[in-house]
Amino acid sequence: MTPPPTATAVTLAAGVRAGERSAREVVDAALATVDAGDGDYHAFLCLLADEARAEADAVDAAVAAGKDPGPLAGVPVALKDNLCTRGALTTCGSKILENWHPPYNATVVETLRRAGGIGLGKTNMDEFAMGSSTENSAFGATRNPRDITKVPGGSSGGSAAAVAAGFTPLGLGSDTGGSIRQPAALCGVVGMKPTYGRVSRYGLVAFASSLDQIGPFATTVEDAALLFDVLAGHDPLDSTSLPSVPEPTMPTVHDGVEGIRVGLCRDLVDGCAPDVVARVREAADALAGAGAKVEEVSVPEFGYGLSAYYLIAPAEASSNLARYDGVRYGLRVDVDGDDVAAMNTATRTAGFGAEVKRRIMLGTYALSAGYYDAYYAQAQRVRTLVMQAFDRAYASFDVLLGATAPTTAFDVGSKVDDPMAMYMNDVCTIPSNLSGHPAVSVPFGTGADGLPVGVQVLAPALQEAPMFRVARVVESLAPTSEVAS
Amino acid sequence: MAALARLDLTDEEVELFTAQLQTVLDHAADVSSLDLSHLEPSSHPIALRNVLRADEPRPSLDREEVLAAAPSVEDHRFRVPRIGGEAP
Repeated sequence: MTPPPTATAVTLAAGVRAGERSAREVVDAALATVDAGDGDYHAFLCLLADEARAEADAVDAAVAAGKDPGPLAGVPVALKDNLCTRGALTTCGSKILENWHPPYNATVVETLRRAGGIGLGKTNMDEFAMGSSTENSAFGATRNPRDITKVPGGSSGGSAAAVAAGFTPLGLGSDTGGSIRQPAALCGVVGMKPTYGRVSRYGLVAFASSLDQIGPFATTVEDAALLFDVLAGHDPLDSTSLPSVPEPTMPTVHDGVEGIRVGLCRDLVDGCAPDVVARVREAADALAGAGAKVEEVSVPEFGYGLSAYYLIAPAEASSNLARYDGVRYGLRVDVDGDDVAAMNTATRTAGFGAEVKRRIMLGTYALSAGYYDAYYAQAQRVRTLVMQAFDRAYASFDVLLGATAPTTAFDVGSKVDDPMAMYMNDVCTIPSNLSGHPAVSVPFGTGADGLPVGVQVLAPALQEAPMFRVARVVESLAPTSEVAS
Repeated sequence: MAALARLDLTDEEVELFTAQLQTVLDHAADVSSLDLSHLEPSSHPIALRNVLRADEPRPSLDREEVLAAAPSVEDHRFRVPRIGGEAP
């Protein structure tokens, strides 16, 4: 089916702030649209209907009292289910947290509300954000709103699908190896990973702490910049939060690309499907036509990123997920006899799905005595290698351009039994996670199958503003033949 | 490895995961064969410094709300099976 047209967050918030429409109307309409349409997609695991209506009423009361409710006034936002919401289910797509109601809110959830945004519901995801198709959820897969026989990508597939389906103008996801950008590409929306430390991770359930970062989904680059500007900033509750005050990116998003140096990165294009390669090259030509200085560049070190990532991320995950022990929260499976280790093991065995178990095993192996140097330490040296390669490239270019994902959306079920084939989806997105740099995926035309193609714009640390400028031009010059419906 | 990770895998899972993880490790051979002895390992994308705050009392999570999420509670504490064998 054709997803309904969505008003942008910028338009919606302006209308609510001006008193032209109430936040309550917007929220009631969004809840009704999800109720009517999400049976086909399963983007949401649960709706926060009562909370959303109460927040909307508070926004409307502020407008009535002549106060500014904030830049996201009345805008519904889809929240990935690894973001803690106080008193409301937060499952991470896992049976081990099936009934968990966190005692606190993630900082981004609080920030969103302070800006007038409305958390509409919690979205489906690969269990503990481990996956690239949202098929690893313990609560059933999410389908791609562009074609329900296809996956939406992952792990933030629920938030991507919610925005692509027109349920909410904005969504929040987390990106450890591409989990915002890859589903954005496959669903035909904008998805962005900020610089590591730019957005607080307090209350984000940890997967791989040196790689995880929260970021926005939107239907337009301007909306993504709006949400990023709201979220960015220092948080004393996150020890990896950057201390500096970020410059807003919204004021320059429409400034164009005149004179900006764009490196078309062959290593983020060449291995992709021919139709994806063609779109990325067209995007590069379009940027050149708009005044950017475009040149090809090779960064062969990116080729080692995937291997390094699939050692580092499972290693950190095996440590982070040790906390699911059946003691303080979540599932507990008691066993006969009075032995805490047996209880831990029975709980984890029953609570974790296959992909989570695989990654815990892989990480435990990579960190174990005798293999630590060969795998984990070596992967960390590759990380240094990739970071140095980025530095070299950015000596000559302001941004890099590549594909987001090697193919358009693939069939549901086609890769779920082949972990290595699934991991290959992340090959173009992983380098920015290893380096902690920002990157954004923008829809640019379609593949041979009529499904959306995402073009990725990568930038050095803290250079979100020029990155959004380039992304905005890519978006404005995208082929107008709309995505398949 | 499964025992270290506190997981109890079936024979079928052991067989399946071993084959699947071998594929991942085979792919990682491109990395393990590189000579990178001249590079320092990076554990983080940014230079992390220890963050300290004043050691002053401040509000924390509500104890009853936290305990409400626990699978088993006794006398305002988490209840677990016995650790370390028989009591004296």
